[in-house]
Amino acid sequence: MPTVSLTVNGQAVEGEVEGRTLLVDFIRETLGLTGTHVGCDTSQCGACVVHVGGASVKSCTMLAVEADGADVTTVEGLATNGTLHPMQTAFHEHHGLQCGFCTPGMMLSGIDLVGRNANPSEHEVREWLEGNLCRCTGYHNIVKAVQAAAAEMGG
Amino acid sequence: MPETGIGAALLRKEDKRFITGKGKYVDDINRPGQAYAYIVRSPEAHASIAGIDASEALKAPGVVAVLTGADMAEDGVGGLPAGWGILFQDGSPMIEPAHPPMVVDRVRHVGDQVAVVIAETKAQAKEAAGLVDVDYQPLPAIAGLSQACAEGAALVWDEAPGNICYDWGLGDEAATDAAFEGAAHVVTLDLVNNRLIPNAIEPRAAIGDYDATDDSYTLYTTSQNPHVIRLLMGAFVLGLPEHKLRIVAPDVGGGFGSKIFHYAEEAIMTWASKRLERPVKWTAERSESFMSDAHGRDHITHAELALDADGKFVGLRVNTAANLGAYISTFGAAVPTWLYATLFSGCYTTPAIFANVTAYFTNTVPVDAYRGAGRPEAAFVLERLVHKAAVQLGMDPVELRKNNFIQPDQFPYQTPVALEYDVGDYDGTFDAALELADYSGFGARREEAATRGKLRGIGISTFVEACGIAPSAVAGQLGARAGLFEVGHVRVHPTGSITVFTGSHSHGQGHETTFAQLVSDRLGVSEDQVEIVHGDTAQVAFGMGTYGSRSLAVGGSAIYMAMEKIIAKGTIIAAHLMEAAVEDVVFDKGNFTVAGTDKTKALGEVAFAAYVPHNYPEDLEPGLDETAFYDPKNFTFPAGAHIVEVEIDPDTGVVDLCGVSCADDVGRIINPMIVDGQMHGGLAQGIGQALLESCIYDDSGQLITGSYMNYTMPRAADLPFFKTGHHITNCTHNPLGVKGVGEVGSIGVPPAIINAIVDALSSAGVEHIDMPATPERVWRALQDAQA
Repeated sequence: MPTVSLTVNGQAVEGEVEGRTLLVDFIRETLGLTGTHVGCDTSQCGACVVHVGGASVKSCTMLAVEADGADVTTVEGLATNGTLHPMQTAFHEHHGLQCGFCTPGMMLSGIDLVGRNANPSEHEVREWLEGNLCRCTGYHNIVKAVQAAAAEMGG
Repeated sequence: MPETGIGAALLRKEDKRFITGKGKYVDDINRPGQAYAYIVRSPEAHASIAGIDASEALKAPGVVAVLTGADMAEDGVGGLPAGWGILFQDGSPMIEPAHPPMVVDRVRHVGDQVAVVIAETKAQAKEAAGLVDVDYQPLPAIAGLSQACAEGAALVWDEAPGNICYDWGLGDEAATDAAFEGAAHVVTLDLVNNRLIPNAIEPRAAIGDYDATDDSYTLYTTSQNPHVIRLLMGAFVLGLPEHKLRIVAPDVGGGFGSKIFHYAEEAIMTWASKRLERPVKWTAERSESFMSDAHGRDHITHAELALDADGKFVGLRVNTAANLGAYISTFGAAVPTWLYATLFSGCYTTPAIFANVTAYFTNTVPVDAYRGAGRPEAAFVLERLVHKAAVQLGMDPVELRKNNFIQPDQFPYQTPVALEYDVGDYDGTFDAALELADYSGFGARREEAATRGKLRGIGISTFVEACGIAPSAVAGQLGARAGLFEVGHVRVHPTGSITVFTGSHSHGQGHETTFAQLVSDRLGVSEDQVEIVHGDTAQVAFGMGTYGSRSLAVGGSAIYMAMEKIIAKGTIIAAHLMEAAVEDVVFDKGNFTVAGTDKTKALGEVAFAAYVPHNYPEDLEPGLDETAFYDPKNFTFPAGAHIVEVEIDPDTGVVDLCGVSCADDVGRIINPMIVDGQMHGGLAQGIGQALLESCIYDDSGQLITGSYMNYTMPRAADLPFFKTGHHITNCTHNPLGVKGVGEVGSIGVPPAIINAIVDALSSAGVEHIDMPATPERVWRALQDAQA
């Protein structure tokens, strides 16, 4: 079995994987980082979004071997030294989550958006989140949270 | 707005673990030595099974076992029980076929459980499942209602002639017929309530974990009601006593009804775990969710409304065919009956109502409660009829509704369809919505839209719903096979912090915050000092769980009643400590005080005395730990007025939601932030039903909408910001005055949307459009009307 070496949340990790192992399974099963979720099998729900090299990626659509050498951030790596990322704070303060299952993917998607567009309009946020499904919130407070986080992040 | 206690928009206590990735869902749990299960599911809608050959699968790498329905039958495993019995109009019981967790000789829907493959890894189990050779002998399939009720239709169940499970009625048929005979106007409508797939974003999962050392079982499961699962699975399916069976429903990623029911996989994992003497884990793939989670809605209805010359409703007659799917799911039989036809009075004084519901078996996934459960179907029938009546009679839809509203001085109001409403102010709620929607400004907006070539329409829905099915004795008379109370257990610790154990289950509703606010408000401690425990039968005494918007009205009331016991006992202790008479001691804001003096003891001091009872009343038990079982006196009756404005592009049929304005009477509000969040979610699901979502089977019973690629889930760009408001009347019969909010969005908004679309298309002569009003359907309706 191939071995992959990558950086996850700032830490070097290594593991043996099958060629077919998905990045999300490596993250959840091998590393035990269960904050990244699996909600579908057709790469549409976005519950598994992580950052690879700073860009949002559906980790169910990427093989673990493809991530060899990459720098990966999961929801567990968003807070630094106990301080929440502004996106996490905004989701909390704007009630942008209910059951919490889509939340990690939503936040990581949102952070990528704000990195590309510091001051996204409501329309831009909604369009950007087309790859992230939420069944609880009607997206109302998610959109508000992403916009609030953008303002906080310096947009 | 207060910063703490009842009415505070307190940020959620549970958020921290979810935003940091520390939530603990079932699939995040792994038990030492666990094996993985993959279910072999039927690809046929209807077939007999001539044989199952697992020999190749058993040789595959990592495979531990392949088990079938025959193995379960050998072990004496029973069928999944129906939680509600419905009677035919002649009083005979519904046809109730067996529902084994895995079939033995016949599959009845695509996705039916045929076998389970258990292996060392998930991938090995899945691979080996493909090697299980099942000899299916296809039978004619009944793919939907129109096939089920056709003359000479094939039978899903030999014991159910005509595929009928029951033919049920509610109301006074003779009086209703008489009302129609004398009516000045009759409005008729044929409508379809489209079938939906719940799609909580967390797929279902189950881990069975048998412990041979004491012959006990633990089941980790994605459930909205772990105690109900323990009862159903323990008593009816596996024959396990409660004290040997623990059910844990940890963080659950959304339910919307679909995680109420006792599913086959729960029993299979629990049973297989004992057979293998090791934990067995199963997590659904999304495609399995589509073909095995209970679906929702699926009615075909013919409805008639009779009015007098002044536009007063004098009679309502409804005839509905309801699809139950292949088996009767836990509450499946109750949804199109007691949760549906009982709502046909709506906000109105209609004196004579009769509803006939015929429920059919089909070769489709079982249908059961999905957010709203019967009530969206009822509101859709009624509010579409009222809209059509306004058009047909040339009356203003606002005035027509107001002329027929039950007035505040008519409460308690006995409807002709069993329910007795306790309170409401339908004019007040409606006026709040009209203002929120700027209803009076609509004409100008329509004219402006016309200058851009757009068809603008406005639609209204004023509705009542019923939450917290109760009391248990009445539910029992109506066919419920369980009680519908709730349990609250309040433990005041020696230093005054508090743990509350509740039988309600939170899977997004924010109970850890809302229930803490109840405790803060009544016992005068900060929310930080209160921990809410739920979802574990080993910790919580009992519970009926969360569904039907019942958690606060029933579960919250149970906590309140337990707190009253705490206060009563604390008063005796405090009186002793302060050497006062018990009747002189009052409790307020966390302190027991001797009335008219400055003598006071904080709750924490009293709690300490209760656990260190050195100076303590004689004959009083130590400890400050109380449990209440609360059985409500009645349903609660939230009501609302939803107003939707749409703009339609006549060239494409695309519907743009320009405004969704809702005023709701959800009873007393504990946390307005959470209440609004619940509204938003319900609205999104209602909008999904009205515009986007539809479960489709082809004529052979194949599920066409079996993934997110062909079942349209509402996405962020499909929805606008919502305007939500309130006009509150407090429930009169529970101690909190609360009613319920979880479902009002999905109940109220679909008819408002369709009414708005029909209004926009009315100039072209369109009278009705079925849900979902996709661009194609809207475009075709427009073309057909203009042809």
